[in-house]
Amino acid sequence: MQDATKPTAQTDERIKEISAFRKALIRPELGGMVGTIAVFTFFLLFAFDSGMFNSQGIMNWSIVSAQFMIIAVGACLLMIAGEFDLSVGSMIGFAGMMVAIFSVTFGWPTWIAILVTFALCIAIGALNGWIVIRTGLPSFIVTLAFLFILRGFTIFLPQVIERKTIIGGIKDVAEGDWLAAIFGGKILQGAFVWLGDAGLIATFERGTRKGQPVVDGVPMLIVWALVLIVIGHVLLTKTKFGNWIFASGGDAEAARNSGVPVNKVKILMFMFTAFCATVFAMCQVMEFGSAGADRGLLKEFEAIIAVVIGGALLTGGYGSVLGAALGALIFGVVQQGLFFAGVESSLFRVFLGVILLGAVILNTYIRRIITGER
Amino acid sequence: MNPEKAPIIQMKDIQKHFGSVIALAGVSVDVFPGECHCLLGDNGAGKSTFIKTMSGVHQPTHGEILFEGKPMHFNDPRDAITAGIATVHQHLAMIPLMSVSRNFFMGNEPERKVGPIKFFDHEYANRVTMEEMRKMGINLRGPDQAVGTLSGGERQTVAIARAVHFGAKVLILDEPTSALGVRQTANVLATIDKVRKQGIAVVFITHNVRHALAVGDRFTVLNRGQTLGTAQRGQITPEELQDLMAGGQELVALEGSLGGTV
Repeated sequence: MQDATKPTAQTDERIKEISAFRKALIRPELGGMVGTIAVFTFFLLFAFDSGMFNSQGIMNWSIVSAQFMIIAVGACLLMIAGEFDLSVGSMIGFAGMMVAIFSVTFGWPTWIAILVTFALCIAIGALNGWIVIRTGLPSFIVTLAFLFILRGFTIFLPQVIERKTIIGGIKDVAEGDWLAAIFGGKILQGAFVWLGDAGLIATFERGTRKGQPVVDGVPMLIVWALVLIVIGHVLLTKTKFGNWIFASGGDAEAARNSGVPVNKVKILMFMFTAFCATVFAMCQVMEFGSAGADRGLLKEFEAIIAVVIGGALLTGGYGSVLGAALGALIFGVVQQGLFFAGVESSLFRVFLGVILLGAVILNTYIRRIITGER
Repeated sequence: MNPEKAPIIQMKDIQKHFGSVIALAGVSVDVFPGECHCLLGDNGAGKSTFIKTMSGVHQPTHGEILFEGKPMHFNDPRDAITAGIATVHQHLAMIPLMSVSRNFFMGNEPERKVGPIKFFDHEYANRVTMEEMRKMGINLRGPDQAVGTLSGGERQTVAIARAVHFGAKVLILDEPTSALGVRQTANVLATIDKVRKQGIAVVFITHNVRHALAVGDRFTVLNRGQTLGTAQRGQITPEELQDLMAGGQELVALEGSLGGTV
C-alpha cells in the first residue's frame, strides 16, 4: 500500500516504452494512408501513360472518389456511433426520384423540390434511428428493411405517376435555379481556362469548343465531398458532440451513465447519413439530368467498405473521417485505375474483397494494441 | 462519528417493493461527510436496491431521503448527480477504446469558443487529466492513452477521480474491489482513503469483510432487506460482521468444516 498512496508518480518499470511505429499504428488513418500511397505508386508505375494522370483522367477518378467520400463521411460517423445504415443506396435512388417527381412531374420550382426532398429523406433517416432506439433491434436489420422499402417506392412511384422508371428533363427545369447550381454547378472555370491557355491542361483541338479546356471546372460534387470531410472531421475530433459520438459507439450504457444523450446522438447520426445520401443523389441527378429507379444500388456496401478501409471498427467507438475519406479515394482510384490500365473490370471485385478482408484484419489487430488485449 | 458534523445524507425507514417482492423492508442509514460507510451484505440482501434508491435510479415505496438536512426526491440519476451524489458502477462508466482524457470528461466536456463555434478544449482536458491522475498515483504514458490499457484497479481509480473532480459530495462505490487482484484492491482502497480525507462521504458496497475493515469507519449490514444495525470501527470483529452478513446460523455450521477460513 506504501507506494500506492504516494502522490508523486514515477515511471512504472513495467510499462514498456512503445515504439514510434506502434504509436503510429494506433492512428486510425494509418491503413488509409499506406493504402493510398500503395495505390498511387502502383498506378503511376503501371498506368502512367494511359491518360489516368492528365486533366481528364484526374477529374474522372476524382469525381468517382468524391461520390464515395460523400456517403462515406455519413457512414463513418454513424459507424463510430455504433450503428449501420444499409438503406443508403436505396435512399440515393429514392431521393433522386423524389426530386424528379416534385420538379418535373409536379412542376414545383427546383429549389423547393430539393428542400422538400432533403426534409423527407432526413425524416426517414430519423425514423430509421427512432425505430432502432425504441425497439433495441440491430440497426443492420432495421435499415435492411428500409433498403427494400425505399427501393420499392423508388420503382413503384414513377411507374404509377409517369408510367416509366426513369424521369428525365431535370436539366431543363433546373436551368438557372440557384439551389440546383449548388449541386450541379462547377467552380473555378476561370482557372481552368487559364490553365488551358497556358498549355498546362488539354484543350479541345477542333469543333465548336476549340481552344477551351476539356476539363472546364471543378464540379460541386467534389466541393461537397471536401466540405463534408472537413465538417465531419472537425465535428468528430474537436467538439463535445464528437466525444459523444465516440462514447455512444464505444459503450452506450457507460455513456448513458455519464450523462451522454446516446439516443439523441444516434438518431442525429442516422439523419446525417440520410443527409449525405441525399447530397449524393442531388449531385447525381443534376449531373445526369434524370433520376432512375436503379440509382445507388450497392452504395451502402461501398460506403461501409470505404469506412472500414479507413480504419473504423465495425463494432463502433473507433474510426476517423479522414481515414474514411482516404478509403473512398483508394476505392475510386482503383475502380477507375483498373479501367485505365486495361484490366478486366470484373477483377475489381476480387481486389475489393481482398482489400476489405485485409483492412478488417488489420483493424482488429490495431484494436488489440489499443486496448492492450492479447 | 463526529457529533458536531451533520449527516450529509439520511435514509429514513426506506422501503422498496417490486410488485409482491419486498426488496427493502425499512432500512435507515446516515452517512457523514468524510467517512467511509461500508454497506455489507450477501448476494440478494438488498445492497444494490438500496444504493440505487440513494442514487435516484429507484424511488422508494416508503420512507424519506434527507440530503444536507432537506428532504429530497430524486426522479432520475441526473437529479442525484446534480445534487452531488456520484455512483461508480462495478461495470464501469469507462470506455476502453477512448483515451483517458476523453473518458474523464465524458458528459462534462470543457469547451473553448473560437468565433461562434464551441470546440472541445483538449488542452485543458489533457492537463487536468494528467494532474488528477498524478494525484491518485497513476502513471499515464500520456492523456491520449486508451483506458483499455489500464488495469481494472486503475480504471476504478480514474472513475473515482472523475467523480471527485466534478464535485461529488457523496461517492457510492458499487463493489469496486470484487473483481480485482490483491495489489489492485490495495490501490483502490488507498484511493478511497484519499477521497475520504478530502471530506467526501464514501459509501462502499462490498461483501468482503476484510476490504471493509481496511478502510471503513462505520459498517452497516443488510440482510434480507433489513438492517442489522450500524457498528463503529473497533466495536466489531471480522467474525461478528461475517456472521451478521450470513444471517448468523448457517455459517456457523459451515465454518466448523472449513476451519474458520471463510
